[in-house]
Amino acid sequence: MSDRWSRFRKSYLFYSFKRDPIAIACFSIFIFLVVISFAAPIVAPYNPYDTTTIDIMDSELPPAWMEEGNENFWLGTDIQGRDLYSTMLYGLRTSVIIGIFAVIFQAFVGIVVGLISGYFGGRIDAFLMRITDIQFSIPYLIVAIIASAVFKIAFGANRFEELAIPLLVIIIGMSEWPKYARTVRASVLGEKSKEYVEAARVIGLNNRLIMFRHILPNTLTPVLVISTIQVAQAVMSEAALSFLGLGMPVTKPSLGSLINLGFEYVFSGSWWITLFPGLLLVTFVLVILLLGDWLRDVLNPKLYKG
Amino acid sequence: MFAFTIRRIIQAILVMLVISFIGFAVQYSIGDPVRDMVGIRVSAAEREALREKLGLNDSFWIQYSRFVRNATRGDLGTSYFYSKPALQVILQKAPATLELVFVTAMIIVLVSLPVGIYTAINPKKLFSKITMGISTVGVSFPVFLTAIGLIYLFAVELHWLPSYGRGATVNIGGWETGFLTKDGLLHLILPSIALSSIMLPLFIRLIRAEMMEVLETEYIKYAWAKGLSRRRVWLLHAFKNTLLPVVTVFGVEIGILFAFTILTETVFQWQGMGFMFYEAVERSDTALLVAYLVVIGVIFVLINTLVDILYGLINPMVRIAGTK
Repeated sequence: MSDRWSRFRKSYLFYSFKRDPIAIACFSIFIFLVVISFAAPIVAPYNPYDTTTIDIMDSELPPAWMEEGNENFWLGTDIQGRDLYSTMLYGLRTSVIIGIFAVIFQAFVGIVVGLISGYFGGRIDAFLMRITDIQFSIPYLIVAIIASAVFKIAFGANRFEELAIPLLVIIIGMSEWPKYARTVRASVLGEKSKEYVEAARVIGLNNRLIMFRHILPNTLTPVLVISTIQVAQAVMSEAALSFLGLGMPVTKPSLGSLINLGFEYVFSGSWWITLFPGLLLVTFVLVILLLGDWLRDVLNPKLYKG
Repeated sequence: MFAFTIRRIIQAILVMLVISFIGFAVQYSIGDPVRDMVGIRVSAAEREALREKLGLNDSFWIQYSRFVRNATRGDLGTSYFYSKPALQVILQKAPATLELVFVTAMIIVLVSLPVGIYTAINPKKLFSKITMGISTVGVSFPVFLTAIGLIYLFAVELHWLPSYGRGATVNIGGWETGFLTKDGLLHLILPSIALSSIMLPLFIRLIRAEMMEVLETEYIKYAWAKGLSRRRVWLLHAFKNTLLPVVTVFGVEIGILFAFTILTETVFQWQGMGFMFYEAVERSDTALLVAYLVVIGVIFVLINTLVDILYGLINPMVRIAGTK
């Protein structure tokens, strides 16, 4: 363990991280947001899932520093009287969970398809790549929106709300896997003809072992680079779906459904219900995107473009 | 070139078959045309007779081939809510979406070209740095948040612009246009700005990057050495060669704009296809949903095929690489 740590500390990755203030700032904000959102049950002053602590008389209170604000709710309350700060923390946690699992899901599908396609080639490759091409020709957001609309009608609104988190993971995962498939296939094609693969074949290892134990580790760098950007993308997709009412229900808020909830009250002047979750979403996505840019530049200087 | 075009068209047909198959599978598993057609008071026997008459008891594949045959004739089923052919409902809503996308595309072209070129030529100027900063942050703003912000600022606080709907429209031969009235044009401003805000950062960066790359090439150095005027080198020699990748990306991104119209139209209650889709989901109007899926599929396939063929015309390398 300590050996790995010292090797990491001497690595180029860590070296360029130390020298880039933007990367350090983004990484700190990212870790901070993830930690406070997962610690929400401890950190948050109220529990938005616990209906007994919610008083409808507290609804639509502005932030504490404004005239009508209440000191107990420093970012104000939403329309159901939930403390906005606590609800945002729980909402961010939901968004992060969906984002990360959706990326794991799409990476898994994409890597398996890309590996098989690149390693075996021929008919299997042509068939899988044709499917990838077809899905690529339709924007991921349309795929996600239509898939969740279909799921919502098929399951019925109530059942859909119960199953919202796993369904959203599947929907967002299904709409984005082709990106992984293409990336992995491209690097597998580069690795396949190298000598270590030849050597593995000569000593009689089976295909599965060569694919997953020998080739896969060498294709992981581009996978890592797109994964950071994909997490941001998945969080954005989740917010968009929830905003359309096709994602997380109001009772189990994510950032998107909170913005959706607040949108109806923007006209009556309750801007804070929309603004604060919106700012949190933008900050979270922005730091991930900047980290992704930084990682891409460090790991693949050839790709660098202003 | 002919073979290349044929190959693209065959692929387009293949994609349409896959989309129609997905559409039909959705219709088959969750839609109920009998419910859509009759009331609650109709007896079970009568329903069964109607099912038989409509061919709903046939096998999946027979029904699918019937679906495809009807679709090629323009019959995409009947909307449950509107009690009208689904395609007719969509075509009624299409002008609103097309006008919104058109104005948005104009904004993107008119803003990103000059700004992209300027930031490429003067990368050190303050304006360029601010623009690049804004476009980095802009990418992480979801379109619905921008839209709500615009509504709050310009409609709720300042009362300058209308916040929802299309305003007064004029009907010209079945095409409801908002271009001809002042009210209609005012209603277009906020939605089109919101929609263009997702693509603008991307295009400014793309044009800037391409232009900077071209400015480094040998023939531009040669043009400088010849002593041509700055304007001539920038606008005639360099700019022309940045256009090729920009045109292709533009074609694809127009397709993606259609996806984002669902979000934008929902926020502004813009009476287009996107808002219609949103309402169809709320009303469980399966036939309309499937029809939307097919229509939007046709739009994407058309755009993609046209862009590919256009690219093949401009860039011979694509044609040859595709042959193997």
